[in-house]
Order: sequence, then C-alpha cells, then structure tokens
Amino acid sequence: MYEFFQQMLNGVSLGSIYALIALGYTMVYGIINLINFAHGDIMMVGAYVGFFSIAILGVGVVPAMVFAMLACALLGVVIEKLAYKPLRNSTRIAALITAIGVSLFLEYATIWLLTPQQRSFPIGTFPEKNYYFFDQQLVLTNKDLFVLVAAVALMVLLQYIVKHTRIGKSMRAVSQDMEAAMLMGINVDKTISYTFAIGSALAAAAGVMVGVYYNTIDPLMGIIPGLKAFVAAVIGGIGIIPGAMMGGFVMGILEALVSGYGSSLYRDAVAFAVLILILLFKPTGIFGKDTGEKV
Amino acid sequence: MARLSTVNLCKSFGGLSAVLDFSMEIGDGELIGLIGPNGAGKTTVFNLITGVYRPDSGSIIFNGQNITGKKPYYICKQGIARTFQNIRLFNGLSVIDNLKISFHKDVPYQLVSAILRLPSFYRGESWIEERAIQYLEIMNLADKREELASSLPYGEQRRLEIARALATNPSLLILDEPAAGMNPLETQELTNLIRKLKDNFNLTILLIEHDMALVMELCERIYVLDYGRAIAQGTPEEIRNNPRVIEAYLGEEVG
Amino acid sequence: MVTKKLNWTHLTISTVTLAVIFTVFQYLIARQLIDVYYQINLFMLGINIILAVSLNLINGFTGQLSLGHAGFMSVGAYTAAVMTTKLGYSFAIGIGAGCLAAALMGLLIGIPTLRLKGDYLAIATLGFGEIVRVVFLNIEYVGGASGLIGIPQLTTWTWLFVSVVVTVVVIQNIVNSSYGRACISVRENEVAAELMGVNTTKYKVLAFTVGALFAGLAGGLYAHYFFIIQPGTFGFFRSFDILVMVVLGGLGSTTGAIVAAAFLTVLSAGLQSFPEVRMVLYSVVLIITMIYRPQGLMGNKELSFRTFQRIRGDKNGPVVNREPV
Ligand SMILES: Nc1ncnc2c1ncn2[C@@H]1O[C@H](COP(=O)(O)OP(=O)(O)OP(=O)(O)O)[C@@H](O)[C@H]1O
Ligand SMILES: [Mg+2]
Repeated sequence: MYEFFQQMLNGVSLGSIYALIALGYTMVYGIINLINFAHGDIMMVGAYVGFFSIAILGVGVVPAMVFAMLACALLGVVIEKLAYKPLRNSTRIAALITAIGVSLFLEYATIWLLTPQQRSFPIGTFPEKNYYFFDQQLVLTNKDLFVLVAAVALMVLLQYIVKHTRIGKSMRAVSQDMEAAMLMGINVDKTISYTFAIGSALAAAAGVMVGVYYNTIDPLMGIIPGLKAFVAAVIGGIGIIPGAMMGGFVMGILEALVSGYGSSLYRDAVAFAVLILILLFKPTGIFGKDTGEKV
Repeated sequence: MARLSTVNLCKSFGGLSAVLDFSMEIGDGELIGLIGPNGAGKTTVFNLITGVYRPDSGSIIFNGQNITGKKPYYICKQGIARTFQNIRLFNGLSVIDNLKISFHKDVPYQLVSAILRLPSFYRGESWIEERAIQYLEIMNLADKREELASSLPYGEQRRLEIARALATNPSLLILDEPAAGMNPLETQELTNLIRKLKDNFNLTILLIEHDMALVMELCERIYVLDYGRAIAQGTPEEIRNNPRVIEAYLGEEVG
Repeated sequence: MVTKKLNWTHLTISTVTLAVIFTVFQYLIARQLIDVYYQINLFMLGINIILAVSLNLINGFTGQLSLGHAGFMSVGAYTAAVMTTKLGYSFAIGIGAGCLAAALMGLLIGIPTLRLKGDYLAIATLGFGEIVRVVFLNIEYVGGASGLIGIPQLTTWTWLFVSVVVTVVVIQNIVNSSYGRACISVRENEVAAELMGVNTTKYKVLAFTVGALFAGLAGGLYAHYFFIIQPGTFGFFRSFDILVMVVLGGLGSTTGAIVAAAFLTVLSAGLQSFPEVRMVLYSVVLIITMIYRPQGLMGNKELSFRTFQRIRGDKNGPVVNREPV
C-alpha cells in the first residue's frame, strides 16, 4: 500500500516536470498549429545554462533557474523569428520538418560545442534531505519538494498571465482566430513571440529541474522527455492549457507505476501505447473539442 | 415511388439545432429547390443526405433503401452525387484527372492488373479516359483537359464540379448554390444547362440556391427552411405568396 | 498521365539502361574494383531508395503524414533475420516473411490509426515506431539491446538491384492507375474524394500496407547486408531521415525521392568522418530548404522521357507529365 503511495508521489514530481514542458507545446500549438519538436531541446539548453550558472558562476539553484529561463526565452523567440516565421503560410509538413531540423540543430550544435559527454551538477548544489512519513514507509525528498513547489508556482504564474494580463488576452484571441485578432488590432507577431518566450522559459525551468532531479545532463536529454511531454499535451487535448497540466501529471504517475510494478524497460512504450489508445477513442485528446470539418 | 424521402431529420451542433424534424419527399424526375435564409440549415440537409454527417434522429430513404448513417462513398455508389457550396475540386490535379476519379467506383480492372500492366488495365484506362472526355465535352471543358483544376476561372470550376458529379452516374444530383458568384448571363446559361442535363441523363435534381429568379424559373416544387425547420413547401407560385416565407426573408424580395 | 498503350520504345530504353547499370556494377563488385566503403554506401543507397519511394506512397501520394516508417522496416528486418538465422529458412523465404510481417503490421496499424488526421496521425505513427523499438529491445530471443548478431550476408547486388527496380515499378504502376488516383484524391481533398465514391479509409490502408511491405523488404535486405541489427538502428531518427528524403525530393514525386535519397546518402557518406558537423549541416540544409523550397526539389513532377523530350525542345511533350518509369 505504501509502495503505491510512494510511486504516486514519485509520479507527481515527475509529472510536474512533464507538465511544465507540455505547457510550452500546447501554447505554441494552440497559437500557430505547429508541433515544436525543438521544445525538448530547448529544455536541454535550459539545463545546460543552469548547469553552467551553478558550476561556473557559483549561484544557487533558484538564480540558475532564472538565468536559464531568461536565456531560453530569448532562444525561443530567435528560433521562431528565424525558422518558423517564414513558414507560417506553408504546408504542415514543411513546418514539421523545419521543427525537427531545429531540434537536430540544437542537439548536434551542443554536442559539437560541448562534447557529447554527460555532466553532473556539482555536489552540494542541492542539500539532500529526506522527510519520512508513516514509520519511514513513505519518503519525500528535498528534490521532490523543490520540483513540486517550483512547478506549481510557475503554473500558477502562467495561469495568471494567461487569464489576467494583456498579453495573455491577446494570446487567447490569436489562438481562437488569428485573422480576427489581427483585424481587432492585436499585434500577432508580438503575441507569437511572447508565446514562444513563455513556453521556452517554462521548458528551461523544467530542464534545470531534470538536472536537479536526475543529477546528470547531456545534449540528447531533451528527446525522450520532450516526446513524452508532447504525448501529455496531446492526451490533454493539444492547445488547452489545463489539459497539458493534467496530461503531464497523468504521464508522470503512469510512468512511475509502470516502472514500480512492471518493467521499467517498457516505460517508454507504455507512454506511447496510452497515447495511441486515447487518440483512438477520442481523436482530439481527453479535453479536446471535436471540431469536425465544416463542409 | 419516391426517389428520395427524408423523415423527421434532426441534427444539432453543440446546442444549436441546425436541422429540426425535416421531412421531404422527392419523386422520380422532379426538380426540387431548397431555399431559406443564411444559416437556415440547407447545406446541413445536403450533408445529411450524402452521409457527411450522421443525423441525430430521423431517416433517409433512397430508392426504397434506408441509407441513414451510411458512409458517403457508399451513398455515392447508390446514385447520389453532389457539388459543394465552397468549391472542392482536386486542385493539384488536371481537369481530366479530376473526372477520372469519379469512375473509380466501377474501375474495370484489379489492382494486380495495374501492377503487372495486364491488357485489362490498358482497356480499362481507355474506357475511363473516353468516358471522362465525354463528360468534359458535355460541360464544354474538353479543351481544358490538361489544365490544373485550380487554374480554371471560377465559372469553369463550378462546371467542372458538376461534370465530376455527373461522371459518378447518379440518379439524384444535388447542387449546393450552383449559381453563386455568377453574373446574370452565366446564371441563364446555367439554368439551361441544368434543364438539359436533367433531360439527357434522366436525373432527379435537388438544388439550393439564393438566386430566386433561377429557383422560380427552374424548380417544380420548393421547400423552405428557416432555423432548421421546414416552414413551407409548394409550387413556386405558392411559395412566392406564402406569408411565412416572406416573413422569414424579412422583407427580402421573393421572386 | 496514364498511357493508353504500352510504349515499347520507352520500355526498351528503360530495360537496356537498367541492364547496363546492373551489369557494370555487377562486374565492378565481382572483380572487387570498388572498395568496401563505396560498396556499403551503394547498398545503403539502394535500401534508402526503397524506403523513400515506399514512404512516398503514404506521405506523398496519399497525403498521410507518417513518422513510423522505420518501425515497419525493423519488423521486416527482424522477421527476415529470425527466419534465416534462427529457423534456418532460405533467404528468399526470409525476405518474403519480412515483407508480409511488415505489411500485416501496416494493415493492423493502418485500420485504427487512420481515423486520425494530420499531426495526430504523425504522432500516433511516431508512437508506433517507438513501441516497436522498445518491444524488440525487450525480447531476449532477438538479442535485446545488443541486437541480433550473426546474420549471414546474403544480400547480393542482384537481390538489391532487383528489389529496387521492383519497388519503383510496382509503386509507379499503382500510382499511375485508378487505384493510385484514388490515393491521390484522398490527399487532394478527402471530403470530395469520399463523396465521389472513393472509400478513403480503404485507400489509406492500402497505401500503408503497400508502403509497409516495401519498408519490410528494405529491412530484410539491410539485416542481411550488415550482419547485425539493433533496435536503436530503427528509431525515430531513421523514420525522420526517410521522411526528409521524400520531402526534399518533392512529395508525390518518385523520381524526386530517388534523387533525394541518392543525394542524402552521398552527402552523409562524404561527411562520415565529422559526425557532429554532419548533423549540424544536415539540419541547417533542411531548415533552409524548407524555407526557400518547401515543395522540395521536384514538386510533384516526375523526371521522365517526356521531360527530356521537352528539354530537347520537343514541342509534343505536354506540360504535365506523370509517366510510368
Ligand atoms: N460542422 C459544423 N459545426 C458546427 N456548426 C455547424 C456545422 N455545420 C453547420 N453548422 C451550423 O449550422 C447552421 C446551419 O448551417 P448551414 O451551412 O446548413 O446553413 P445554410 O442554410 O447552408 O446557409 P448558407 O445559405 O449561408 O449556406 C449554421 O448556424 C452553421 O453555423
Ligand atoms: Mg449552405
């Protein structure tokens, strides 16, 4: 029984990381209908910025996270301007290929510049401390706590931005109907830039969390979590912000349960199997609206 | 026997009832109009008949067969063909290839013959090509056969859509606003063309049109939809003088 | 455009050209006049052509965005290799079983997932590919992560050459027939196609099944050339690599896919000694191509006899040409 709660707990921490990444996918898709395959790699860049901030500048985890978020916000905006903007009116497949191209570029440019070797966050970056409950049956680590608190704080902040600020309102308007938003005088380019900035910043935060959580980072670390976070976004109904959060937690918990009770080797396959099953029964995700084509 | 009858068709999108309790009966060889203000549910009726949407309730009987909820390709094979309000051609294909697709449902050779290029393939292809050209000639498009569908002017695109529908060899042809965007001269030509097609191909025709002159001149009977409900039916004369119809069009001129 | 009669002249020219190419390479290989390095790349080229041309049927002609082609390839590779290495069947039977297994997988995956559209389909097929990879990773019988080793090298130049030709001819003959037009109509306008009597689901499944079958063929040939297959070889990146060939060549152009497969195989061979730079360059080329020529090298046109006639100034060559090779 405690075993189950322990797995749930692990799942929730992991899930909050997926949720943060999934948010970026969902926001970008909601606004320009693009699967930003490079999103997982932006997370990786965030992890590296965090790593160097800690290892070279010697700052703490929280400032490192802020640096990473700022750097990646900028990176996200630059990527959008250079690679995606010229393709805004071209075919889906061209945009998709470009996104995968950007993803490869980030991965292999990092390998080229920083070598493919794994790096560990310096010892003592994060004080190890465990909290025990129920006769030591249930453990909550300091890392879990940090990840959870930071992730929830960021999600609350995001909700606030989307619901109550000007930029959030333009984001919602553009994702509803880009042309109408343009006619209403909303600066669409600016809105898209903000969306990329916010989404990438969240990914960067997730990157630093992954670094803290697993302690190692490498240039290809973004691929699998990126894909899983994307699955989370799809499960939640892509384009829907609360859906992405839900999807992230679902993925995290599911994965923890599968590695806890089944074979951890099948962990990655399960994520995709769930995705396919959900899509088959509800082709637009759990929270997605069925928008049948008007004929 | 009625060619087509719909019984108490209902369809709603979210909370909006697009079609409510719509019943209609079309006899063999009739030319029927379906009119109504914008958003009345006319196109939705067409989508229900052709299987694009499945009705929430009600049934559709075609040639004595219940086709409710059947797939569009199946319904097409039973003999209903249509055109679209917003033209939907195969834009990247040539005019003649657009037409050839309509013959696919009775393709005269097997996949294996195509792969091995057996004689039946060449025979089948020439049969398809000849038929396709025939239809292009009828619709006066034969000299454009190699052009891209998307490069045709608007009026010709509408004609190509009709040709493509005809080529499926239907007994019921349904046209969604065939005269939309045409000038009076083109509309007159279209009127004559529809008459000619009906006679030459023994067709039953159902059409939606906002151009009242065309509807009144062409149709033998007319159904009027408003907010998804049938509010009137009758001969052009009766419809013209029906106070409910006049009210629905809110002072818009009828006739 | 489908010719109404078999064109004997074109057929003869094609056959002679192919026979010459075949014989020249056969001679060079038999006499060991091309070294192993070039030979490997030559075989890789053939396998890539099969993969690109078959994926083109799914993505290019039928318009269904698939990111799982490597999954089908691996099913073919593992099935064929198990048949020959573990069960002692002949190469031909192994290859046949690989093709069938992959085709069956295409059918199985195709029927449920093809309800999905666009990006959702892409992601579901990507997921399929990953699932296949993880499953092979976990089967000890086929070597798990370290892979299936000791596969006999049975893929000869003859096998490869014939396979490439058969793939191209079969797919071109399908595409240039009523069945292919039905596939293309799905790409052009699915709603209209369905309403003109085309059972769109059937043709999507057909494209997936045939595409998968040839991916399985490529897999079987691959396994029996390189001695060893590992689940990692058939990951997402391989699927993507094939997709890039198709898109670079021009969606819906078989000759385009061939040219792009050749170009990318040569490029990647040339940069083999600088792996990181190679990938950075590759990605930059990709992005720039998509920005400046999103329709790919050939658009949906084909290189054909008519193209050459037109280039020579032959006024009888029509503007649009879709000619069987
Ligand atoms: N796929 C759909 N999803 C949601 N609402 C729809 C859909 N199709 C139609 N509607 C709605 O149903 C109502 C009827 O639409 P329909 O297209 O049938 O009208 P119409 O009579 O053809 O109008 P028009 O003359 O403008 O073509 C409209 O309010 C329309 O917005
Ligand atoms: Mg309408």
